[in-house]
Amino acid sequence: MKTRLDEQTIALRVAKEFADGMVVNLGYGMPGLCANCIPEGRTIYFHSENGVLGYGPLADDRVKDYELINASDQPVTRLPGMCFFDSALSFDMIRGGHIDLVVLGAYQVSQEGDLANWGRPGRPATGMGGGMDLAVGCKQRLVMMLHTTKEGAPRIVKQCSFPLTARKCVDKIFTDLAVIEVTGQGLILKEIARAWTAQEIQALTEASLIPADDLKEIEL
Amino acid sequence: MAVNKIYGSCDSAVADIPDGAVIMIGGFGSFGGLPINLIVALAKQGAKDLTVIANQGGVGFELSKRIKPGGYPDIGALYEKGQVKKFIGSVPALGGMPPTSPLETFHREGKVEVELVPQGTLAERIRAGAGGLGGFYTPTGVGTPVEIGKEKKVINGKEYLLELPLAADFAFIKAHKADTAGNLVYRGTARCFNPIMAMAARTTIVEVDEIMPLGQLDPEAIITPHIFVNRIVEVPR
Repeated sequence: MKTRLDEQTIALRVAKEFADGMVVNLGYGMPGLCANCIPEGRTIYFHSENGVLGYGPLADDRVKDYELINASDQPVTRLPGMCFFDSALSFDMIRGGHIDLVVLGAYQVSQEGDLANWGRPGRPATGMGGGMDLAVGCKQRLVMMLHTTKEGAPRIVKQCSFPLTARKCVDKIFTDLAVIEVTGQGLILKEIARAWTAQEIQALTEASLIPADDLKEIEL
Repeated sequence: MAVNKIYGSCDSAVADIPDGAVIMIGGFGSFGGLPINLIVALAKQGAKDLTVIANQGGVGFELSKRIKPGGYPDIGALYEKGQVKKFIGSVPALGGMPPTSPLETFHREGKVEVELVPQGTLAERIRAGAGGLGGFYTPTGVGTPVEIGKEKKVINGKEYLLELPLAADFAFIKAHKADTAGNLVYRGTARCFNPIMAMAARTTIVEVDEIMPLGQLDPEAIITPHIFVNRIVEVPR
């Protein structure tokens, strides 16, 4: 059966990248799901740009506290050792290279790793939030997004047509079809969804993909 | 005798805000840290041609129901009453929401000007304004529309943009507790932009859950020292 991964499953795959002890920031929207997907036995310190480090999983309806939210306005939970700080200090952490890894949503990623994740045609008032700072300052920059638009157009493109968040900043792309690494040689197709072929993924991708020698099925 | 900073109501605390004022409003996203009772009082007071500096533009009451069951009032109230001429912030409207928030609608109609500022740059511009600095160089925004019209400088082989300070006539702040002198502590992620905005305005107005007698706040835990606070209103949760 040829299916695409659902958002929860992409989040599970992305979270496999979180190494024990890492400080991780989850961007607005879909990346927030990763907070509930930490691989067993690993300690991850989640940072959110509104000023919290070390929060727990997303809160369920019984314990929602709207003065304990992540950057996506979702109530999260307390964990021992968590701490709060103001926005300026929070962005010192981000720009200063103190965050190990960020997962960002995206509208488009280019073959050189340019990221466009905030502005769209016809929506001049949607803002970049903290995305530009995160893309510039975090040590590893992962993108989590759907492989194509609702209309079926590729989101992994030769050159972004949407306004940029930052140039050459994306290290790895995780979609509902593939895991792709951005390298100096080009985009390396590392993993693909079950029953899909590299040719089929390429047909849905504007930029050229280089199948990895060890290309495999996405594993969770 | 020390100055009495305690006001009996949000209405009295915002009564003298004139047309054309520049106002910083604390908070981060849609709720939690938003001084909502001061915002509602300002909407009632009616000052016009305001410049609002805030991280988020607000979604307005209708869209807010998509975020929190039952909805909640936010900065959207000020646009709906036509009080704002300019917004400076990082999230005027949420891309994941329909384009019907009050600010996005009025911006499209040409009624409100918007200055987009990356969130970290916004925080640092406020801190620069608070701390008497002339600006700073940041790598954020290089190679994007944010760099347009700004001085670029290469420092140690890396490109930076010059960003200038932001200051305000008034700041609206949400804190958890104040003492009668105006020292503040915050709660959870409601801290966000509040402590830096409290430092960057000529007149800082704070709504708090509770006002404590002097000596009841731990001096080691105070986040905003009282010299940055001019007016305090207690609004029990």
